[in-house]
Amino acid sequence: MAFTRKPQTFSSSINEVTIGTGEKAVTIGGANIMPLYTFDAPAKNKVAVGAEITDTGVDRTLPGIAAYYDGAETIAEIAKRASEMPGADFVALALNGADPNGDNRSVEECVEVAKQVAEAIDVPLVITGARNVEKDTELFSKLAEALQGRNVLFVSAREENYKTVAASAVMAYGNKISAESAVDINLAKQLNVLLSQMGIRPESYVMNVGSAAAGYGYDYVASTLDRVKDAALTQNDVMLQMPIITPVSQETWAVKESIVSEEDYPEWGDRETRGVDMEVCTAAAVIAGGSDAVILRHPQSVATISGMIADLM
Amino acid sequence: MALKGLDIFKLTPKTNCKECGNPTCMAFAMKVAQGAIPIEKCPHMSEEALAALSDATAPPMKSLKVGTGAAEHTLGGETVLHRHEKTFVSENLFAVSAAADTFDEEFAEIEKIDYERIGERMYVEAINLEYTDKDSYVQLVEKAVGKGRLLILDVKDAEAAEAALEICASEKPVLNGATPENYERFTEIAKKFGVALGISAPDIDALHDTAEAVEKLGYKELVLDVTAASVKDTFANAVQVRRSALKDGDRTFGYPSIVDLKKLAAGDPHKQTALAALFVLKYGSIIIMENMSYAQALPLYGLRQNIFTDPQKPMKVAPGIYPLNGADENSICATTVDFALTYFVVSGEMERSGVPVNLLISDAGGYSVLTAWAAGKFSAGSIAKFIKDYEIEDKIKNRTLIIPGKAAVLKGELEERLPEWSVVVAPNEATNLVKFLKEL
Repeated sequence: MAFTRKPQTFSSSINEVTIGTGEKAVTIGGANIMPLYTFDAPAKNKVAVGAEITDTGVDRTLPGIAAYYDGAETIAEIAKRASEMPGADFVALALNGADPNGDNRSVEECVEVAKQVAEAIDVPLVITGARNVEKDTELFSKLAEALQGRNVLFVSAREENYKTVAASAVMAYGNKISAESAVDINLAKQLNVLLSQMGIRPESYVMNVGSAAAGYGYDYVASTLDRVKDAALTQNDVMLQMPIITPVSQETWAVKESIVSEEDYPEWGDRETRGVDMEVCTAAAVIAGGSDAVILRHPQSVATISGMIADLM
Repeated sequence: MALKGLDIFKLTPKTNCKECGNPTCMAFAMKVAQGAIPIEKCPHMSEEALAALSDATAPPMKSLKVGTGAAEHTLGGETVLHRHEKTFVSENLFAVSAAADTFDEEFAEIEKIDYERIGERMYVEAINLEYTDKDSYVQLVEKAVGKGRLLILDVKDAEAAEAALEICASEKPVLNGATPENYERFTEIAKKFGVALGISAPDIDALHDTAEAVEKLGYKELVLDVTAASVKDTFANAVQVRRSALKDGDRTFGYPSIVDLKKLAAGDPHKQTALAALFVLKYGSIIIMENMSYAQALPLYGLRQNIFTDPQKPMKVAPGIYPLNGADENSICATTVDFALTYFVVSGEMERSGVPVNLLISDAGGYSVLTAWAAGKFSAGSIAKFIKDYEIEDKIKNRTLIIPGKAAVLKGELEERLPEWSVVVAPNEATNLVKFLKEL
């Protein structure tokens, strides 16, 4: 018997969410197929790749990153360079300096940085906060006001602060937010339900269901992604049909493989190469699992992953 | 395809002879349907009935043993498309491709990747042997035998294949050479030497037709090479082959797969890493790489280990003393549970701090701190017992013990049980360990 194709398409689909404005606005989601299964039906939008920059400056200890950002000194110059990165669809500004346990930069300073970044680029802007609930609540509220009309995506609102963040970022100033949960389908759904009960429309938020670097409990991430996509598509669970954004770089550049020096681990070889492989391995895994957007740091990772996406979609 | 009890009952003699140990033929049939007992337990089944049943009760994807000795591996045997539905059972293998003129250098590189991660040996399990011409192929195979790796013979020349198998058949390699044109000859060769046969074809329809034709020749020790001309088609093949076998009951595609990334992304190691990750998740059984550096191995083997763990069994690290940052007998001690994720997060943050610490891991059942504490597997008693059993007081002179913030409640009782020790409570979250240790 000849091979019988049984394409798996669904009557339900992932929501579409647009970030940014104008010609370079990016829309993610929209698929009614399992992630990357473009042989079943065309994917409506391609997976988007973001180039991460931080308010604390460029990590020039890595030669590839230093070379890419060579000559870019101010945050505006760095942002512009990131927006031109081959393969990058958006710029992701990580406000690491706002962390109260770190530099503890004031909200005013962060707003100023974000405005400069927004002015310098013509691609959509995603802003990740200090990953501190109190600080992010204040930060996102002020940023949302300052960046009104730019359709910025704020990553992330959490269970503890979703009301304030959603009210200011989305309802008051028309930006987008991501709902973050910690690698658990039930928590992800619960937060989506809470946001929808506030009256936040499906086209106004995405979710970040949590991540981990490859080898660091990635099994939980893989199964959470599988289950979320399964519920969204096969069971038509509208409270899990939000597109997914995954900040990959924050996880992968913090693990041992990307940190330890070649002097300490000579057999492991060049640190930058290790960091890139950890970043692309994890990114490919979350995209295979159904992430609709990823945030990456290294220009080589952005090129590799956007190349893989182009090959597959 | 699962058969219903009633279908099986129809094939039994219906005599209720009880020789199978069950009161009635119907009871027997029900148990067979659940997979509780094999059909052969009934001594009165006719040959035809047995054949019909073994066909119908066979698993949807063949489980295939390849290689011998330490290089023996099981491929396939999967029953689900997603690990959370049950578990994946056979880890994919990583292979590196080698050619005759460069084999020695390539094997020297392959051998460098060999380390342990959470109780598992991480190394390049297989070598893909590339064909150029018959004479040099024989030389290549001669070099590759006895290296303790599964061999994959990437050869479509029947004479070269036979010559190669004369040398290495006893190692049970995979003969990856059958095509729609040569499959009859290659099936004979595979049968003669008793090795698994790899099939490739220009497209998925031809792959199906060829696999079916080989099955008709009576050979079912098969592997399907799903590599196509493009990444997109290769991914489409890998997914459709697995999905049609497991979800749609297409037995002809119920075999392990081979994906050759050297053919898809030669000269681009980062892209091969990304694609390898894709195929670890989506249905590659043997993934062939051009090379395997540490930079590639570290994330890929970690990912594979994560994906192929049984979701019902937590990953555990072995109990013991883990000296970090060059810790010695004068360095402080810290303790946490043996849940692999906890261990990696905690040891990672401790390494980032640069402070020498002896991390003491006791058997806590593979649970996280709070769960282990609630289950009584991480208690003052268990920690004190570990310190005694592992003779920590003889091995380490320092008497400071850091305990997890989430187990702060243990401090008082621990100080009673370990009077010489000063017990310090760490922060609740591992991310605050760097600051905590530096200020200690």
